[in-house]
Formats: sequence, structure tokens, C-alpha cells
Amino acid sequence: MKPMMSTAVAAIALFAATGFARAEGQLNIYNWGNYTNPEVIKKFEEKYKVKVTITDYDSNDTALAKVRQGGSGFDIAVPSQTHLPIWIKEGLLLETNPGGMENFKNVSPDWANPEFDPGRKYSVPWAWGTVGTVVNTSTYKGDINTWKIIFETPDELKGKVNVVPEMKDVVTAAIRYVGGQQCTDDKEVLKKARDLLVAAKPNWVAMEYGAIDKMKAGDFQASTTWNGAALRIRLARPEVNFGYPKEGFTYWSDNVVVLKDAKNVENAKLFQNFIMDPEIAAGLSAYHRYANGIAGSEKFMPAEMKDAPEIVIPEASKAHGTMALMCPPEVDAIYTKIWTDLQK
Amino acid sequence: MATAAEIEKQAEAREIRTRWYLSAPALIIILLAASGPLLIVLLYSFLTPGPYGDVQWKFSTEGWVSVFLERDIFDDTLSFASAHLTIFWRSLKLALMATVATLVFGFPTAYFIATRSERTRDIWLFLITIPFWTNLLIRTFAVLQVIRNEGLINTALINLGIIDQPIQMLYTDFAIMVGMVYVYLPLMVLPLYASMEKLDFRLVEAGYDLYATRWQVLKRIIFPLVRPGVVAGSILVFIPAIGAYVTPSVLGGGKNMMFANLIELQFGQGRNWPLGAALSITVMAIVMMALLVYVRNTAGSEVRHG
Repeated sequence: MKPMMSTAVAAIALFAATGFARAEGQLNIYNWGNYTNPEVIKKFEEKYKVKVTITDYDSNDTALAKVRQGGSGFDIAVPSQTHLPIWIKEGLLLETNPGGMENFKNVSPDWANPEFDPGRKYSVPWAWGTVGTVVNTSTYKGDINTWKIIFETPDELKGKVNVVPEMKDVVTAAIRYVGGQQCTDDKEVLKKARDLLVAAKPNWVAMEYGAIDKMKAGDFQASTTWNGAALRIRLARPEVNFGYPKEGFTYWSDNVVVLKDAKNVENAKLFQNFIMDPEIAAGLSAYHRYANGIAGSEKFMPAEMKDAPEIVIPEASKAHGTMALMCPPEVDAIYTKIWTDLQK
Repeated sequence: MATAAEIEKQAEAREIRTRWYLSAPALIIILLAASGPLLIVLLYSFLTPGPYGDVQWKFSTEGWVSVFLERDIFDDTLSFASAHLTIFWRSLKLALMATVATLVFGFPTAYFIATRSERTRDIWLFLITIPFWTNLLIRTFAVLQVIRNEGLINTALINLGIIDQPIQMLYTDFAIMVGMVYVYLPLMVLPLYASMEKLDFRLVEAGYDLYATRWQVLKRIIFPLVRPGVVAGSILVFIPAIGAYVTPSVLGGGKNMMFANLIELQFGQGRNWPLGAALSITVMAIVMMALLVYVRNTAGSEVRHG
């Protein structure tokens, strides 16, 4: 999503949202763009006689900044696990205690008590996924389960690689590739990671978000990407496969929370409970193309997702993944400098 | 008894007062809408970054220091912030090139339109303004469709058998220039046309009668007379071009930051709002100084009509 366009859309929608917030039977959702299945929303509206308004954002930092200003008019937001602890710590969220809700029994044990929200006091799983690589396997026949594709690009892919400009993901991948841990403050490791990135960049063709469209159209032959995006690409171009880098890939998870200044608290709680229903969760997945963390939703999923290697992580790769964390501000500041050096 | 001169003076004073009253609403809006946000930006540049975005209300000059100096990540020595300079230079170079390129393409276009009959002129002007009906983003994506690997040009060339591998045009500096010239050309053509329309073409004829060459006519007669249009057009192109964000990202692939991207980074993933604010003010001050110098230099040598 291009920042300028989505900001304008968000601004207009924000206007609309704040204007109607006080009416009965409303729910104002603040979520990532192109992420919410309209059919599921329709079901919710019909079941509870509620009018739902959805506003888009394009980054965790945008969402946090806007909600932090207060008076946003939103009832629900969907922050990632990296940022969720900040939302909690800054008192932006209402403790709705989803752990005690009726449908909570459906939440998969893997996601019932996560590190970012112990005991699920605030949040309900919306989607989770991984960050890895996509490669057109007709162009490159070698092993794709490695960051080598990006950082020591094979000759066949040189000048055809895209890197999605998510600073945290890219710098973390580089740190893992040189043998470090995420959020490390070890200067030696960070220096190696920076040198690796700077040396790798001449082999890239672009650093942009539009990987789905460009992989489909053949502008890119490989890219870093999210697994759900990889699935969408493969359905259009079967020769494009998703790789789980063995040097360490990242898990992420987006979670539905209720804001402390929400005006439609009851509807928001109903919504939290609603999406923990397996059939509903499967409906969300069918649209955003990610797994959802609700046990039993598999049987309601579309056929092409049930066994998709992008969604069901192969056993051999499972051990290589770790959950992305928020780094301390002073480490983040170093990441930003590395990023500036990379893109200068 | 008031003399005629005094009455005239009073009328003049009244006239000036009326003008002020009439322009006051607009001036107040401009003052509030322009200076208000700017003051906030200025204020933010002197605060401390919050740990996860936003600012803390604690005075600090760190934001301004890091515009010009950078502490080495690895050995802690302070040195000149060469990364910022490299990025600024890239934006400046691009803006200057876009200005020159639109002038080169826009000047003949404006001259062509200005020398048509009055009715056809309107049609040409209308055609020039058509791209403005569409959003900038959509126009940029249209250029992308034309030059991408499986786009219009490459597909046509491959089908004609002229090439067998697509030419990489997208994500190059060439792509950025094509996009910028396409997007900003009307901003150059319109003020140029406004100047040329007023041009007295009898002067051009007189020049030829006195055995001036075509080049001499252009340089000694036409160019000095349409200079205000050149100045206005250059400013209209240069200012948005130096802050260009969408076109370089979409067509250039975002591998190399523009100054606008650097500022955006500080307010987004970088979470250093004071540095972002200080960078914004820095680029504004530089552009403003450059414009003052430019306008003063060009205004001084203005030639009068007739």
C-alpha cells in the first residue's frame, strides 16, 4: 500500500468514523489495508445488528501514533506482536480478558498464552505468518530455504531480486545470516551485518512493497516476503515457491485489541469473541491468506490453503523460526543507522 | 480647505486600507495554516525522541546535531553526516535535472501553442491540462505499465523481433526522469505559455528584418521577454521535485533514498521525530535561500516590453 494514498483514505474514513461514533449499533475497526474479509463483516453486522466501519493503516508506527493522540474514534485495532506490549504498557488498551470469553476454547494451544500478551488479557489472534523468501524456481534451481538468495545472490538471480523495505525484518535477517541473534547489541555482529547488506545491494533491483504484483508480472524473480503473499503469487505463477531460510526466519502475529477510549465496547467484545469461532476465522483466512491460530478452522479453509506449504510449515523448517520481538530503543537507533547507510 | 493633492492622497490611503481589509481573511488563513504547523515542526526538532515514536517534552539539540554530524555506530567517533549529504545531493540533482528537462521540452511546446491561432490555442491548452484530471499516483503507475519488463515497450520490441530479452528500464534513474518530466511538464508549460502569449511577435519580425539569426532572436529577444515565465515555471517544478516521494519510490524501486524518504524513515520505522523535524526544516531553509538568490538574480535583469 502506498503511504500517500492510504493516508488520504484513512483521513477521510477517520472523519466518517468520528462523525458517527456515538450512534447506536456501531463498530469502528482500525486495521491493516486489504486484510478484512467483507463477507465476514457482513455476517457480524447481520448477527448483531451492528454497522461496521473499517479504516486502513499501513504500518504499526502509523497506527500507534494515531491512537496515542487520543480521540481516534476507533474501537478496535490490530497491532503486531512487536508493538502490542507498547500498546499495553502505555495504557491504550481495555482489558477485555478474551481468555475468559466463550469462544476462547477454540484458540490453538500455541497461541493461547503468548509472550506478548500473557494470559490473553487484551488480545485475540487475527492472523499469524512468517517472513521468508519467494523464488521463481524456473529461473533458479538451487536451494531456496536460505537468505543466501538475498545476501549472496546466485548469478541467475542477480539484478532480479527485490527486498521488501521492512527495516526490522531485513536487518534481523542479515544479523541471523552472519550468526547473530535478533536485537543484538554486539557491535562486531552488527558491523558484519551492515557490510553484508551494503555488499548485497548491487544485486537487488528494487526495495519495495509491491512484491505480489511484480513477482506475478516477472519484474522480480525473487523477493523477501510474507507467506500469505507468497501463496497469492504461487496461485498465479505455480513455479514461484516460498522458502523458509535455515539461518533463521521470523514469525509474526497480528492481534485484535479493544481501545481504552472505545465508544462501542460491547460490540468490540462481541467482535473479539466472534472471530474466535473456527468457521469465522477460516473465513478471515480465506481472504487475507494467512493462518489464524484458531484450532479447527482448517476444515473450513479453502482447499488450496489446507495443505499449502506457505501456510503449513514443513516439519524440517519449524525449528528455524523465532517470534519477532521489539528491540530496545538504543538498538533500534543502530538499526536505523544501518538502514540509512544501506539506502544512502 | 483641502487641496486636490490632499484629497487624492486620502483617497489613496482609503484604497490601501480597503485592500488590506479585503485580503485580511486570506492572509490570516495563510498565516495560521502555514506558520502554525511549521512552528510545531520547529518545536519538535528541539525535543527528545520518545522510546517508541512521538516525542518527550525535554529540550534537546540532539536532533539538530544529528542532521549534520553522525556518531559512528562502531567506534563512537563523531564525523560529518555524509549519508545525509549524499541523500540530499541526490534529491537536489534530481530536482535540477527535472527542471532543466521540463524547460527543454516545455519551451518549444509553449512556443508552439502561443503561435497558434486563438481558437486552436485553447484546444492545445486543454490537452496540456488533461493529465491533471488524474491522481499523481495513477499517472505514475501508468508510466510503470509502459516501461516494465512485460510492459508495452518491451513486449512490442520483443514481438517485432528487435530484442529478445526485455530491456531493464523500470527501477533505473532513466525511469525516474521519465516519470518526473511527465508529471511536472504541465507545471512548466503553463507559466511559459502565459508569458509567451503576451509576447509581441512584431519584435521577433523586427529582429529578423535586422538580419538577426534564429539563435540571436531566441537569445536576445524571445528569451529575455519570457524570462518571468521561465522563472515561475522553474520554481513550480523545482520545489515539488526536491520533495518528490511517490515518483522515485514507484519508478526508482526505492533502493536509494530521496530526502523525503529519509524524513519519512524518522517518523516511521526509525522513530526519531526530532531528527525528522530538523531535517524537514533544513531542507526548507536551503530551498528558500536558493530561491531567494535565484529570484533576486533573475529579477534584476528584467527587460521591459516595447
